[in-house]
Amino acid sequence: MECVFGMVGKGFALVVADTSAVNSILVHKSNEDKIMVLDSHKLMGASGEAGDRAQFTEYVQKNVALYQYRNGIPLTTKAAANFMRGELATALRKNPYMVNIVLAGHDKETGPSLYFIDYIATLHKVDKAAFGYGSYFALSMMDRHYHPNMTVDEAVKLADQCIEEIRSRLVVAPQNFVIKIVDKDGAREHSWRRTTKD
Amino acid sequence: MSRRYDSRTTIFSPEGRLYQVEYAMEAIGNAGSAIGILSKDGVVLVGEKKVTSKLLQTSTSTEKMYKIDDHVACAVAGIMSDANILINTARVQAQRYTFSYQEPMPVEQLVQSLCDTKQGYTQFGGLRPFGVSFLFAGWDKNYGFQLYMSDPSGNYGGWKAAAVGANNQAAQSMLKQDYKDDISREEAVQLALKVLSKTMDSTSLTSEKLELAEIFLSSSGKVKYQVCTPDDLGKMLVKYGVTQPPAEA
Repeated sequence: MECVFGMVGKGFALVVADTSAVNSILVHKSNEDKIMVLDSHKLMGASGEAGDRAQFTEYVQKNVALYQYRNGIPLTTKAAANFMRGELATALRKNPYMVNIVLAGHDKETGPSLYFIDYIATLHKVDKAAFGYGSYFALSMMDRHYHPNMTVDEAVKLADQCIEEIRSRLVVAPQNFVIKIVDKDGAREHSWRRTTKD
Repeated sequence: MSRRYDSRTTIFSPEGRLYQVEYAMEAIGNAGSAIGILSKDGVVLVGEKKVTSKLLQTSTSTEKMYKIDDHVACAVAGIMSDANILINTARVQAQRYTFSYQEPMPVEQLVQSLCDTKQGYTQFGGLRPFGVSFLFAGWDKNYGFQLYMSDPSGNYGGWKAAAVGANNQAAQSMLKQDYKDDISREEAVQLALKVLSKTMDSTSLTSEKLELAEIFLSSSGKVKYQVCTPDDLGKMLVKYGVTQPPAEA
């Protein structure tokens, strides 16, 4: 089962996602990157229906880029989050996107921020968020160990603890995970946690 | 010769001109003027009222100045009924942006969006262009205080000081002479009143004939749009020495 989670630290935000692409009992691949780099300073971890996930995330990414080309300034994380929520809300009563998103961003004026956006267009600005069966373990772990203004090392250590819980307690746990980070220097891949090579 | 190419807005003349757009600008040249000046701590808009009567309910209606959103206002010159349509369009566009992004619409984007609407009326639909020119004044976090001028063609530009309506060329050249880059808001008010008093046709200048509005940041950092009361305006006219008393019989 897919799982995506994230947290805010001191001057940065972290997003972790599993990298399995699954169709019922078959694992297509174990290195599917589900954390899209939305623009220079935003990360979007998405889980849900594979087709909807790709379609919606790419749609948002291109609209965010279009805004920047048209207006010469990037969207703030808050504006991007609300735009996404609006698109999900508009589609909801017609043909909903079955995608859950954790949006992490860093803005010069407001610092790092994290948004929880689920498939029925719920939007919450949060310090920690998680989706999927893994969320039961990740949220509990983060509730216990998270504190505001963590350093990158502390946050990655907490992420590792969450991954460890998911691996040991989830019956069909994903094999590999990717960790991405966004701070004042931009959004980038941090590291992988593998149990299999693909 | 040009009469053949007048009647439809959507065609060029052989010389490459759009006559309907030019005629719209003519109409504005006969309307009450408006001046906008950008200062380092605010934007000032002054307008000349053409409709003056003691019977006019000045406390509830404004003729020249309109608030588009909390952080943007405009002064109009031209056909008032056309202006009302465009002001409403601008207000809707601003709210639509805030609905999508939960943030105030950047001023230039608002102006651009409205100008795209105006441009449509010069290219398709067979409808005449809007006979209005605007001076948009606003503040946003990207570029601070801004002043934009737009005309019926759908063109717009960012200005430090601009004039629209009657005698706008004379006003513009006066502004060019006297404007300084580090002008304060109070100096800008003074300059605007001085320029308007010189370019207005009327013989006597009283607070009834003018409207003054300012956009600035309050002490708490919020954008404020303030229309001057007629009494305060009257006092300012006396203070800056621009009042001309009515001609004695």
